Amino acid sequence: MIALEKRPQPSQMWSLASPLVAVALTMLAGAGLFAALGQDPLEALVKIFWEPLFGEFAFYYRPQLLIKGAPLVLIAIGLSLGFRAGIWNIGAEGQYIIGALSGAAVALALYPSEARWLVFPLMVIAGALGGCAWAMIPGLLKVKFKTNEILVSLMLVYVAEQLLASMALGAMRNPEGQGFPGSRNMAQMEAATSWINQSAGMHWGVVAAFISVIFAYVLLAKHVLGFQIKLAGQAPRAAAFSGTNPARLILFCLGTSGALAGMAGMFEISGPSGIVSIDFNVGYGFTAIIVAFLGRLHPIGILLAAGLMALTYIGGDVAQSSLGLPGAAIQVFQGMLLFFLLAVDVLTNYRVRFGQRSAA
Amino acid sequence: MLRRTLLASAAATAMIGGAALADGHEPVKVGFVYVGPIGDGGWTYEHHQGLLAVQEEFGDAVETVFVESVPEGPDAERVMTQMALEGADLIFTTSFGYMDPTINVAAKFPDVRFEHATGYKQADNVSVYSARFYEGRAVQGHIAGQMTESNIIGYIASFPIPEVIRGINAAYIHAKEVNPDVEFKIIWAYTWFDPAKEAEAANTLIEQGADIILQHTDSTAPQAAAEAANEAGATVYTFGQASDMIEFAPAPRVSSIIDNWAPYYIERTQAVIDGTWESVSTWDGMDTGMVEIGEITDAVPADVKASAEEMIAAITAGEYHPFTGPINKQDGSVWLAEGETAADYGDDGLAGLNFYVEGLTAEVPQ
Repeated sequence: MIALEKRPQPSQMWSLASPLVAVALTMLAGAGLFAALGQDPLEALVKIFWEPLFGEFAFYYRPQLLIKGAPLVLIAIGLSLGFRAGIWNIGAEGQYIIGALSGAAVALALYPSEARWLVFPLMVIAGALGGCAWAMIPGLLKVKFKTNEILVSLMLVYVAEQLLASMALGAMRNPEGQGFPGSRNMAQMEAATSWINQSAGMHWGVVAAFISVIFAYVLLAKHVLGFQIKLAGQAPRAAAFSGTNPARLILFCLGTSGALAGMAGMFEISGPSGIVSIDFNVGYGFTAIIVAFLGRLHPIGILLAAGLMALTYIGGDVAQSSLGLPGAAIQVFQGMLLFFLLAVDVLTNYRVRFGQRSAA
Repeated sequence: MLRRTLLASAAATAMIGGAALADGHEPVKVGFVYVGPIGDGGWTYEHHQGLLAVQEEFGDAVETVFVESVPEGPDAERVMTQMALEGADLIFTTSFGYMDPTINVAAKFPDVRFEHATGYKQADNVSVYSARFYEGRAVQGHIAGQMTESNIIGYIASFPIPEVIRGINAAYIHAKEVNPDVEFKIIWAYTWFDPAKEAEAANTLIEQGADIILQHTDSTAPQAAAEAANEAGATVYTFGQASDMIEFAPAPRVSSIIDNWAPYYIERTQAVIDGTWESVSTWDGMDTGMVEIGEITDAVPADVKASAEEMIAAITAGEYHPFTGPINKQDGSVWLAEGETAADYGDDGLAGLNFYVEGLTAEVPQ
């Protein structure tokens, strides 16, 4: 008989090993899936994981990893702070949209100004404030009325999407766009673009992502606020006794994650995306939740996890076009990663016992 | 800064482009970028039928590749670049939202030809092509106006772009022509493909009394919703969109608009093989067979079917234009005078149409 026995302490070893085991299991199961679809499983895995990094066209794909990974890192870092404290912001996608719209509003209102020193910093501030304000709605409601931040933040995603559609069709529509929806292209405005070097995949969002990793690391390792965040998640009562103000912590965590998500949206809309369009958001806010957990809510882990997720997106498209793998197979493959992670994570808190269950 | 970016990528691509074209014996490689999954049963499905037709026509002389469910934005740009890098000679980008990405990537790969569906930005190596779906919409309106008992026709619209607005206007004008009491209820789904949202929209329209559902979204979910309503005792009819959706015939689906891209894709691929490819702007309708009307089932009364078929014949022969005056704009001002037909381009032309005709009560979303 096989039984699960709760560990007295979560296993440090399994906490670190489970993402690696999950990746390995995903590759194995993925290989099985690809084989069942009539593909050479090894070739498919090589296309997904090797080709973008070291293949013939790696010079193009490597910069794309930065572009795809940067918003994931920025959002996941913010989410991880709240997740550690037991504050569940599920609506980063909405904060991402509002941040993008706020930044775009500045750029489009000041167009055709060429004062980059003024326009771009204002856009960054507007993006951060916009995302922060959107996250403050579930924050304040939770603090004042004890509403559930999971539901409120998630519902606000759909509100944000409607606002985005309205902006793309109305206020922010390109007056020279012949009646089609979508704004002017901000990536082509010298004063507003977030690109630093497009062919190297460098834009200010990438820079901000790396800075956020460093800040989060220092905050969690050295700052008293970081201690309070960790304590609130692990032992809420002890945190209360030690003088943590729960309301302030909630607002700090939601506000920070909202601001980071908003900045991610702002950098995306003024660079890789360029225009305010109806379907500007492609799910970074939700994928970042997977990234945060895959990275063990640790800044360095998140950096690596975002790289891995970006790789599966880019490699997945490579495998689709070069092997004819169906798009759904790639999505299943990505989904398996979270599935196996959650499954293996059981081993962090439980150990497997074979044989007779001890009478305890 | 910007200039350096352009030069660097141009240098990189010049190397690649040269290598890909140097070997004349390689099969011509044709890429397709799809906005939905190939199993959507509608828009993307029909484009994929075009790919299969190209494969069938040319056999080993052509290699086809495709990527499905590509979001309209930076991801589309990456997928197109990847196809170009891997040696595609001709790339079809099959959604309106791919317009800017197509132009951007085409600028970096001057030796690769691009064909963008339903957009308006052309370049030396970018053609645009679209179909006059509104011709089919006119036939739908003609049938729907006579079939409705409640005089309420539900319309599931995708995005407020000219293509969709043309469809609404064409269907309304011809429904009104045969049934002056007809009323249109329009729901904007803001998606091309989202079965859950589309089904929800269909159910809402049915609850509001619509007994005909027209859709400009790509899945069969509205058909299934109507079928379920009919099993529950309602009488709701639908029309297949982009694809025949014949599995829902004879009812609720009573007819359909079919986008037949195969002849165009074969012709353009042939042009690349022959070395005669040039950037063109194509906008074909029933006359060339790019727009087809799927079988009108027996659920439609014989006289309605006969008059619909007359209309199809007249449009196909070029004798009848679905936008023939007198037609007023929604605000009551004159759009087309008696006997005047709508121009394709220019002010108030069909290409950029962004207003409703008189009689529609809703407003174009702003």
